[in-house]
Amino acid sequence: MAKHSLRVNGTDIVFEGDGATPLLWVLRDAAGLTGTKFGCGIGQCGACTVHIDGQSRRSCITPVATLNGQAVTTIEGLATKEALHPVQQAWVELNVPQCGYCQAGQIMATADLLARKPAPTDDDINTELTNICRCGTYPRIRKAVHRAAELLQAEKDASNG
Amino acid sequence: MAKRNDAVATLSRRGFMIAGASASGALVFGIPFGVAQTAGEERRLGFFIEIRASGDVIIGSNQPEIGQGVRTALPMLVAEELDVEWDHVSVRSMPLGLVRTADGYTWKYGGQGVGGSTGLTSNWDYMREVGARARYQLIRAAAEQLEVEPAECRTEPGIVVCDSVNARLPYGELVERAAALEPVDEPVPLKASSDYRIIGSAQNAVDLESIVTGAVQFGIDTYQPDMRYAAIARSPVLNGTVKSIDDTVAREVDGVLDVFEIQGPAPDEPYQILASGVAVVATSTWAAFRGRDALTVEWEPGPNANDSTAAFWKDCSEMLTKETGQVVVDDGDYDAAMANAVQRFVRRYEVPFANHAPLEPQNCYADVGADRCHIIAPTQTPSGASRSAAWATGLERDQIQVDFTRVGGGFGRRLTNDYVAEAALVSKRIGAPVKLTWSREDDVRNDFYRPAGLHEMHVGLDAQQRVTAWSHRLASASKYFRRPNMPDEKLWEAELYADDFPRNIVENLRLEYFNHRIGVPRGSWRAPAHTANAFVVQSFIDEIAHETGQSPLDLRLQLFGDERELDYGNHGGPTFNPGRLTRLTKFVAEKIDYNRVRPKGSGVGLAAHFTFGGYGAHAIEVSVTGAGELSIDRIVAAIDCGLAIHPDAVKAQLEGGTVDGISTALGLEITVADGRIEQSNFHDYPLARIGVFPENFEAHIVPFDDKPTGVGEMGIPSAAPALTNAIFAATGVRLRRLPIKEQLKNAMA
Repeated sequence: MAKHSLRVNGTDIVFEGDGATPLLWVLRDAAGLTGTKFGCGIGQCGACTVHIDGQSRRSCITPVATLNGQAVTTIEGLATKEALHPVQQAWVELNVPQCGYCQAGQIMATADLLARKPAPTDDDINTELTNICRCGTYPRIRKAVHRAAELLQAEKDASNG
Repeated sequence: MAKRNDAVATLSRRGFMIAGASASGALVFGIPFGVAQTAGEERRLGFFIEIRASGDVIIGSNQPEIGQGVRTALPMLVAEELDVEWDHVSVRSMPLGLVRTADGYTWKYGGQGVGGSTGLTSNWDYMREVGARARYQLIRAAAEQLEVEPAECRTEPGIVVCDSVNARLPYGELVERAAALEPVDEPVPLKASSDYRIIGSAQNAVDLESIVTGAVQFGIDTYQPDMRYAAIARSPVLNGTVKSIDDTVAREVDGVLDVFEIQGPAPDEPYQILASGVAVVATSTWAAFRGRDALTVEWEPGPNANDSTAAFWKDCSEMLTKETGQVVVDDGDYDAAMANAVQRFVRRYEVPFANHAPLEPQNCYADVGADRCHIIAPTQTPSGASRSAAWATGLERDQIQVDFTRVGGGFGRRLTNDYVAEAALVSKRIGAPVKLTWSREDDVRNDFYRPAGLHEMHVGLDAQQRVTAWSHRLASASKYFRRPNMPDEKLWEAELYADDFPRNIVENLRLEYFNHRIGVPRGSWRAPAHTANAFVVQSFIDEIAHETGQSPLDLRLQLFGDERELDYGNHGGPTFNPGRLTRLTKFVAEKIDYNRVRPKGSGVGLAAHFTFGGYGAHAIEVSVTGAGELSIDRIVAAIDCGLAIHPDAVKAQLEGGTVDGISTALGLEITVADGRIEQSNFHDYPLARIGVFPENFEAHIVPFDDKPTGVGEMGIPSAAPALTNAIFAATGVRLRRLPIKEQLKNAMA
């Protein structure tokens, strides 16, 4: 049985099994990290979004064999011990979640967007955030993305000042 | 002293509350609820309120949380009457509480189930009384300690105050004494609404932080010791059965443990599970999915192998054209009024089958033993889950423990517990605990779909352009299909709500129903028949206005009229006040500046509807390019839910309902060909994404009185007709068939 090594939220993990197994199921069934969700299995809905070497990826269509020791961050690894990530803070401030099932993926996708575009326009949000929310929290997600951008900027200003 | 009104709950008070000390010395309050209470463990199970010596309060949540916010709103009611700070409250899940009595089963912790926007209204009195009785117990304990009368004591948040002896006793210090007192049976007064501190204001939602950190547990996040994983290959043809299984390759898939047949219900029998299939049990979810993919199953196609939605629409059209249906309402003299009418119009509208598509796929953990069963499931109806497990295992319901998790979306799909029955069948067969997980394809192809229907509307107007005759003829696939003990003559009741607008408003009214027996399973889809009927009626009003040269706004205001209570015998009654629709319609029309003249290609649409006791309205502004590209530019949504318990959560439901209504109207449809559901996943069942919805998206609460209605479904019905009415205003193209898909582009080409 092949062994596949990866680093998840700073911890080295060795998965022994079918290399075609999607990262999603390695995280959930083998690593016990259930914050990353199964929604569609074909990369459509984004509930399974994680960061691989800092970039958002849909883990349900990412075979574990393709990782080669790359660093994976899941929703469980986004906050620091001291504080929630600014995107998480914004989500709390605006009370974004309803059922909450898609929100880990929404937050991971947004964190990636803001890392690339610190002040996204509404058009950026429309084209770059393609995750599905069945409850329809989109109006709040939009506001929370802008709010998270402010919080991130304030963090930067504070560390520069 | 806080003003108290004399409102008291109407529940039976005999033994309403029991109090005691927990093992750790906290004060606990529980509800025996009509059953003899045994001593010991039983008294500690599922308690509603626990007050710790620290002053921290834990409130039990007895209802499924599906994203509607009930896990926050109901404990808010308890906390309000108990009089504690919300910051000191944490919420604990309670399991299903059923106890056997001489004549069946009864609820231990009050009715447990969510659907039809009833979670709040049915618990409104009950939860407040729980809090009020616990508060009174603390007052009595303080009075005893201070040697004063209870009437000399009042409370401030978390503290009993006695001004006559100048004492302030925190609840935490009263725990021991209060636990020793036998609760009183007399009525306990409830707060006046003017004294509310928690109800009606913004509160931190329960579980919010655990959601954003990924810690919160949904059903699919259940992992138990020695648990196996299962997937089921279900018949791709409606009512098909297994003819033969070749599992040679499947059993070679690494991790696959077992493969066996699951027998579905016979055609026309009530559903316990949806379909016949083949179960694959494995050591991981992925292995179960892989094993299933490797099966070769030959299916016996069965009686519905030729079913198609194309034939369904043709049949419905022929029924409406050639036949007389079941006349279910016949007010006044419709034929005479129509004969005397000066103007008459007929229009047909189509509403398709729709999939619920909650984002958390169906799943269930089941551990079935010889004389016990443990179920952990995301469900809207834990009691239904218990019934499904009892059916699958043959056990008594008091041998079955049901724990229900946070639910990754309900929308009515999880009122039915077919996936619980499946998991219990699998666990029973293998004699081990198992988690069954559905794939998205399983969920899209195996659902209790929203019924489809073809609606034919007739109206007659007199010389003064007053609507004098109205008929609604509907040919549809009733939701009540294959329900146990459901006679054919009652099938219409799920599809036409007799007392909806314009009952008692248009004097000469006829409703006529035709049932179609297509084999597509159907069930309750958020705001069930209201989504179809609001689209049809609110589109038709617009058409009448345009045909007769009236303003769609003015005609609505005239038809809804002044505030008055009309009898309403359907769910959400006992009355319907159409004047509340007038208020809401005016409200959204003013907000969006309805009468402003828009440039060519832009337009505003309105719609309003009464749903299950609450009132909703939308004004939507769109622009459409010459090529038919639609842009939604502004959305104004409003709800009148009486008293809003948790306003921010009410707005969230209104926003979500609006998104749901628009998403479904734009692109969602389930079709059938050769007895097979044609869609499979989000690429061909395309839920709308964020880009569809404008930044100008307002949700407003228009308060009415001091009684709450539910809020989960009022946001959806008027969204679709407001959108298509706006498209007409912008382009002159009238869309009478949902979903919109390419229709607008084709019409503009």
